[in-house]
Amino acid sequence: MANVLVCVKRVPDVSGEFGLTDDEQSVDARHLGFTVSPHEECAVELATQIAGATGGEATVLSVGSDDSIEQLRDALAVGCAKAVLVEAELATLGPVDVARAIADVVRAHEAGGVSYDVILLGNDAADTGDFQVPVRLAYALERPVVTGISTVAVEGDLAVARGDGPDGPEVFELPMPAVVAVMEGGVTPRYPTIPGRMKAKKAAIETVPFAGEPVGSGRVRLKLPEVEASTVRILGTGPDAAPAVVDVIEELGVVRR
Amino acid sequence: MSVLVLVEPEADGAALTSLEAVTFARGLADDAPIHAVVVGPVAEPVWSAMVEQLGAYGVASVRHAEDDRLSAYAAAAWAAALVESASAVSARVVLASGTPRGNEILAHVAARLDVAMAANAVAADSAAPLVVSRQVVGGAALEEMRLDDSVGVVSVAGHACEPVPAASPSAPEVVSYAPTLGETDLVARVARTEEAAPDESAALTSARVVVGAGRGAGSPDGFKDLLSLTELLGGALGVSRVVTSLGWRPHHEQVGQTGSRIAPDLYIACGISGAIQHWAGCQSAKTIIAINTDEDAPMVTRADYAVIGDLHEIVPAINDELRRRR
Repeated sequence: MANVLVCVKRVPDVSGEFGLTDDEQSVDARHLGFTVSPHEECAVELATQIAGATGGEATVLSVGSDDSIEQLRDALAVGCAKAVLVEAELATLGPVDVARAIADVVRAHEAGGVSYDVILLGNDAADTGDFQVPVRLAYALERPVVTGISTVAVEGDLAVARGDGPDGPEVFELPMPAVVAVMEGGVTPRYPTIPGRMKAKKAAIETVPFAGEPVGSGRVRLKLPEVEASTVRILGTGPDAAPAVVDVIEELGVVRR
Repeated sequence: MSVLVLVEPEADGAALTSLEAVTFARGLADDAPIHAVVVGPVAEPVWSAMVEQLGAYGVASVRHAEDDRLSAYAAAAWAAALVESASAVSARVVLASGTPRGNEILAHVAARLDVAMAANAVAADSAAPLVVSRQVVGGAALEEMRLDDSVGVVSVAGHACEPVPAASPSAPEVVSYAPTLGETDLVARVARTEEAAPDESAALTSARVVVGAGRGAGSPDGFKDLLSLTELLGGALGVSRVVTSLGWRPHHEQVGQTGSRIAPDLYIACGISGAIQHWAGCQSAKTIIAINTDEDAPMVTRADYAVIGDLHEIVPAINDELRRRR
């Protein structure tokens, strides 16, 4: 039996155009939807799979405002059994703070008799892209960690993690408890069922406050890259433009002869 | 002060992304010496080629961490080797390229030194305090980040700068050392490498020409002409996230924030709207030709050239024209 803790972050969905807040501290999310990153969707799927395969339990955790309950319920709807929210003003936190907040929950649950054999996180947050929370969490808990992982399975006492290395697929065999940072691509996240949604709606969510003074992220300000005026040259419309396209390809000298 | 750069070896010398990081370091350091560190076994003649390359890029020394236990990659062990070198050369900044391994190792370095880390930097001002401009929101925004610690840990975004040799090359001192490794540093290590499926994303990231395909391909069967165009141009096929999410093409072909980042000479984006997620992966292409039914699509307005219309009509016509001119 393996218990899994999977961590998700509520982030603005920026698949379209977006702006910044006037204080240049964050993405202006007033007109945006919210989501979790594709990496984290896969981490939730893997958490559910591991719990299912071993008869353990998957718990989902988020650090953020109580709006993050929406993302926690999404994870509950696809198979997580419990949810924890560490209430915090995310803008005041950096990766050191988020890792510490998660570690505090893990230790508190351990003291209460619930331990996590595998902790899954997304490889990097879709908004801040720090690439650090999984590793800093592992150091805080003194556990082995590996990042960039596509699939994880529990085999005996080991968490067997596969990812793409520079020379091909790599396999890591981590003694549990272990921390694993997941990249999308190894599994397809399942869709919630209607009974799953109903159950998620009613599930209790454990809420704990963020404790202590945050270190912060070092953010001075955000900027949007300067939008250059379009300089596109329209070569034509429809298949008649093909010769003009080939002219450009030949001018660039990239055609293989 | 000095700058320490992790250099990752490849089949024929230093990885291009590592040379980008060394170039970035020169921009940072003014007259401060740059030291390269290489971890784990490197066979001849790759080693000699690397030292020569790094000399051309102006590094003062190449430090080589050697130990039998470094034969299989383990991020914590690599980080231990870096931290030891950073101390030996009194590094003010520790750099690596923002590859998956580069970011992983630097996260360990930052955790060990208990300092901040800036991932995917595109520019930096080394005047104290260190202020880094880095890619966030998948490259759609930049963050100015201040690093107040005595050592700044920074990964350099792929293709943030062109790799350029130094104006005055150096004859780097080569220093071999056996880093102090703890048992816990070797727990999370590569247990085995599996046979790679041939022609995976390596071909995509190194191709001079990439043919991109998005939702406009229409179905799993909509790639025939696109693959012919790829073949005619001796390039690689890249796809948007929606294509892999729908299961039309394998994940390793994905270009974007959660896929490969490419910098080909030519990118032909067919039926791709150009969402931020995708743009993050293809914006370093030198020339972009967009083929799209929507002339207002971001991919069209950001492209150098565009053809308006259905890719299923236009791509076969381009293929015919390419064959005709052969």
